[in-house]
This record gives sequence, structure tokens and C-alpha cells, in this order.
Amino acid sequence: MADVAPAVLGSQEEALVEVVELSKEFDVSPPLLTRLLQGQQKSFLRAVDEVSFSIPRGRTFSLVGESGCGKSTLARLVVGLYAPTRGRILIDGKELSRLRSRREQAQVRRRLQMIFQDPFASLNPRWRVRDIIAEPIRAHGLMSDRKAIDRRVGELLELVRLTAADGLKYPHEFSGGQRQRISIARALASNPEFLVCDEPTSALDVSVQAQILNLMKDLQRELGLTYLFISHDLAVVYHLSDYLGVMYLGRVVEWGAARNVFANPQHPYTRMLLDAIPDLEMSGRQRIPVRGEVPSPMDPPSGCHFNPRCPFANERCRAEIPMPIPTVHGGEVRCHAVEEGRLTEEVVRDALRRPLAEEEVP
Amino acid sequence: MSALDPLHRTKAEEPPRAPSAWARFFDSDIWYSFTRSPVTVVSALIVLIFVVGALFAPWIAPHNPFNPAELNLMDGFTPPMGEAFSGNLYLLGTDDQGRDVFSTILYGARISLFVGFCAVLFAMVLGISLGLLAGYRGGWVDSLIMRIADVQLSFPAILVALLIFGVARAMLPRSMQGEMVIWVLIIAIGLSDWVQYARTVRGTAMVEKNKEYVQAARVIGIHPLLIMLRHVLPNVLGPVLVIATIGLALAIIAEATLSFLGVGVPPTTPSLGTLIRIGNDFLFSGEWWITLFPGLALILLALSVNLLGDWLRDALNPKLR
Repeated sequence: MADVAPAVLGSQEEALVEVVELSKEFDVSPPLLTRLLQGQQKSFLRAVDEVSFSIPRGRTFSLVGESGCGKSTLARLVVGLYAPTRGRILIDGKELSRLRSRREQAQVRRRLQMIFQDPFASLNPRWRVRDIIAEPIRAHGLMSDRKAIDRRVGELLELVRLTAADGLKYPHEFSGGQRQRISIARALASNPEFLVCDEPTSALDVSVQAQILNLMKDLQRELGLTYLFISHDLAVVYHLSDYLGVMYLGRVVEWGAARNVFANPQHPYTRMLLDAIPDLEMSGRQRIPVRGEVPSPMDPPSGCHFNPRCPFANERCRAEIPMPIPTVHGGEVRCHAVEEGRLTEEVVRDALRRPLAEEEVP
Repeated sequence: MSALDPLHRTKAEEPPRAPSAWARFFDSDIWYSFTRSPVTVVSALIVLIFVVGALFAPWIAPHNPFNPAELNLMDGFTPPMGEAFSGNLYLLGTDDQGRDVFSTILYGARISLFVGFCAVLFAMVLGISLGLLAGYRGGWVDSLIMRIADVQLSFPAILVALLIFGVARAMLPRSMQGEMVIWVLIIAIGLSDWVQYARTVRGTAMVEKNKEYVQAARVIGIHPLLIMLRHVLPNVLGPVLVIATIGLALAIIAEATLSFLGVGVPPTTPSLGTLIRIGNDFLFSGEWWITLFPGLALILLALSVNLLGDWLRDALNPKLR
């Protein structure tokens, strides 16, 4: 299982989306003139670092991680908003960034769509909802007859539990949750198979979040959609995912079937994240926070990126980048401590219970 | 479906008709703030009178000052409301050639407004296109366009216009100069004024292009040109409208300045600026009305347009509502 890394997850199922050793670096150098005058070097920010995963058709793969860990960059890479620095993104075997002709690109684009985080920015304020939803239909030339388009837009609005008459309104006449549903309707307009959802519920009230998540689940069942779901909210992810990847500073540190990762986390970072989920049984007990801040991605720590915050880090963790190793449940984890079998139950319990003050003293 | 049924409304609940554009206009904040500001209403009326007077000058003007057959040289230098040699009554007096000052103002406003509108339109088209391109594309395209704009901005606009006018005059054959002069003037004023539009549009476009609705359009695979025109452009037009209104006043004044300096419209078909220059020659011999009334007309027109622009700026600013 472990030899064919990207295929491990969906070994029994056909993979619709495959991401292979994907990296993205942003050029954050000062302008040329400043560099020449002050003798500065070009500098790059590695937002996504050698990420590989695959998503079986009709399943949901979730990526979680703290702010700034590269989740959104990864989402934008997958839909083609950014060009990858290295690595490949295969959607049903086709690679968007390698296709030269617009027609071939359009064929792939039609099959993938994106739902954005901010429902107040993702709809053009000067367009009627009808035109917003019809845009992918017109752009891909799926229908030309005005009446047919209007009918299809009405259907889509009803599919997301709005009414056909809402098409005549402007986005500002809707609430956040309703707008997010309009956004979903637009994403569904070109009959895509694959939806990338970049924190679609994080800007919404908790009550509305549930509606959107239920709607997304219903649509997945009805239309057989595949989701790449980006979130920092573990409760939301638990509700929705088949597979789960945990990102830290551009790297996927652990992934596997969502159930297994939640029940049996391996990586110290995953353990700490899961420990941070509030639940009723834990009330009153001392909570162990994930210590410290995410280091600057401009100057990431050597070796394992997590080593400055990890209670189990040793010399090897500071020097050597951990490679993915298979877990007993069929996922993968990038951690020297797990590989060496250092993380026994007692060690983990001891480390997590240690008072915070001791660790913080420099 | 059942889980979300409380949100599911029936189709018949709302009439499937959008309100007409006029109904929406009279219902809008803009119209409300317009009716609540007396200064603006008066300015709008004055501008309207000027525009109507200019458009229908041949029908409204009591005399045709450019028809030599109608001119009576003996009527020259008639003061306002004074007794003319021929017995005609001249509301605002006549100039040295016996031309009715009121009529020349109407005809002059026609040329001034035409040059102003066309120059603003030209500057707008040029500035919006370049600004949109610079803001949306970014990178070296942005740097190139904006450095050109910076260089141009370091020269006074009137100097740039004078330069362009001089070059055009040297290049065009003499026979064509008479008819081409208005178009040269429009291009000269337009070219000296595009930078403002470009800068404003670039700034707004840079903000808009990072908004998620533009990214959504990119994910769909819309051509960048169409994204610029259909998504970004409508959202950057608000501030441009304000600049265009104030720019109209500036263009009218620029035209008057150029004509006053003698490089603008020739005296045979005078604009307001030419009229002021001609009248200036007689100011010290006591015939003050020849220059005063065109001057007042210019001030009134420019002031009204400017006040309209000021109001529009406040009305479109959500923070001042």
C-alpha cells in the first residue's frame, strides 16, 4: 500500500482528483531597483510544499490547519487560479496547467467549480442573481436559448432551496446564507463533478452553517459530487468528510480516512488540534492548547516544520525532513517520533499534561 | 429537501417582474439627495439651460452673429439695452463688428460645451482603458503605464495641451487647419487629462480584481478581457463619473484658456474663451460688456458643473450617507 503514495487513499475506489508532489512558491522579493540598490536577494515564500493526495469520485476530502498554513493556496492551485511551481494536478487524468488551447481548458474547467469563503464578495454586486448563475452556462455555451437558460437558472435556484423569482433580485437583497446558496447554484450551473470549497461556512452564523452543510451533503448524494473541502473548523470537517488531511506550514503532516484520523490521531500536531475541540465531556478539565504561534513561512524551521512547538522533538526532528510513512489504518503521517515508535501512550499523556509555564520559559 | 423546507418558498409569492429603470432611479438614494440639495438643483438647472441654449442656438439666438449679411457694422459697440444705429435692440450689447453679444455667447457655449464633452469623453476612454489594463494585469504593464502617467503629471496640463496643439499645427497642412482646429483642441485637452481617470480606475481595479467574484469568473474560464469589461468596469465607474463631471468644468476652462491665449478656436467661429480674448482688447476703452458677459457665462457654467460634481461625489460616497 505504501509504495504508491498518492493512490493509497483511494486504492479501492477510482480517483477523480490526484495531486502529486505539488509545490507553490510566491515571489515576495522587493522590487528590482530596491534589490539592486540595497544588494538584497530574491526571496520566495513556499506556501505549499510537496503535497500529494487523491480524492475518489463522489467523496469528500477535507483539509484542516491553522490560518496561513497554505490551505487556501492549495484550493486556488487545484482550480487553476494559481499556476503550480512544481508538481501536478490531475482531474480525471487531465492536467489543467498543461493544456494549451482554450477549448481543452474549458472542457476541464466546466467539470470543476469553486465555492468561496466570503458570500459578500463572491457575487458581483451589480449583476442580477439570474445573470450570476447563468454565467457558467453562457461561458461554456451549454445552452443558447434564453428561455432554456432561464428555466435552468430557476431549477438551480430551487435546487439550493431558493425560488425562481429570486433570480430577478440583486445579491445585496439576500442574507449571508442565502448568498452562499446562490454561490453554490452558480457552481452547479455547469454540471461539474468536482467542487472546491474554500471555507464555505466560516463567514456564516452557526445555525446557517448547518443548513449549508446539509445542503452540500444532500447535493453530493443527489448529484454524485466530489468535494475538496477546506476548513479550520474541525467540527464542520467531522460532519462532512470521508478523508481528512492535516496541513501545517505548507505540508500535509497526516492524512487518512476521516474516522481513523479523528479516532486515532498519530501526528503530535493532529493530537493537539483534536484536543482543542470543545466538547461537553471535557468541560471543567484543564485544556491543553497548541503552544506558540505558527512560524513565519518566509523562514520555516529546519527539519520538521512543527519541531519548535512539538513536545517530542529531538535532534533528528530539527535536522531531517520527515518523509510520509504509512499508518496502521491506511493513511500516512510525517513524523520521526511516530516512525521511531517514541510516542507511547504514557509519553503522550505526560507531555500533554505538563504545565504550560515550564515550556514557555526561554 | 425536507430538512430545509422552512426556507423553501412557493413560486407564486413574488411577481416575476423587476421594477423599470426609471422607477428605480426615482426611488434611489441619488435622486433623494438631489432633491434635498437646493444648490445642486439650481446648478443642474443652469447647466440644463446652457446645454439647451447651446444645442438650439440657431433657433433661440435673436441674431446669427456669423452671417455677414445680417451684420451691421454701424451697430458696433452698442452698450447693453442701448439704442443701436439700426434701431435693433441688443440685450447684452454688441461687439466691434456689430455682433450681438448674447447670440455670440449662445454660439460660443455651443463650441465650448462640445469641446468640453468630447475632450472628457476622449480622456475617459483613454484613461479607463489604460487604467483598467494597468490595474488588472499588473506587473510591467502597470509599471510602464503608470510611469508614463507620472511623467505627464509632472507637466502642467495646459502646457501639455499647448505642446500637442503646436505639434499638430506644424504637422497639418494650412488648408485643413480651420476645420481641424476643434478636433486638435479636443485631443490636446483629452490627452492632458487622461491620467486622473487612469489612476482612479487602476486603484479601484486593483481592489476589485482580488475580490472573490472576479476569481469566480476566472475559475469559470471567462476571457480576461470580458472579466475586465463585464465584471471590473461596472464596479469602478462610480468614482470615474465624479471625476468626469468635475473634469468637464476643467475641460471647458482649459479650452477657454487655450482660446484666450490665441491657440484655440479662431475668432470666425468663437468659443467663450475666444470671445473673452476679443473683448479684452476693448476693456480699457470702456466697452466692458464685450468681455464681461462671456466671462460671466463661463464662470456660471464652470461653477455649476463643478457644484454638480461636488454633489455627485458626496452622493456616491457611502460614508457620507
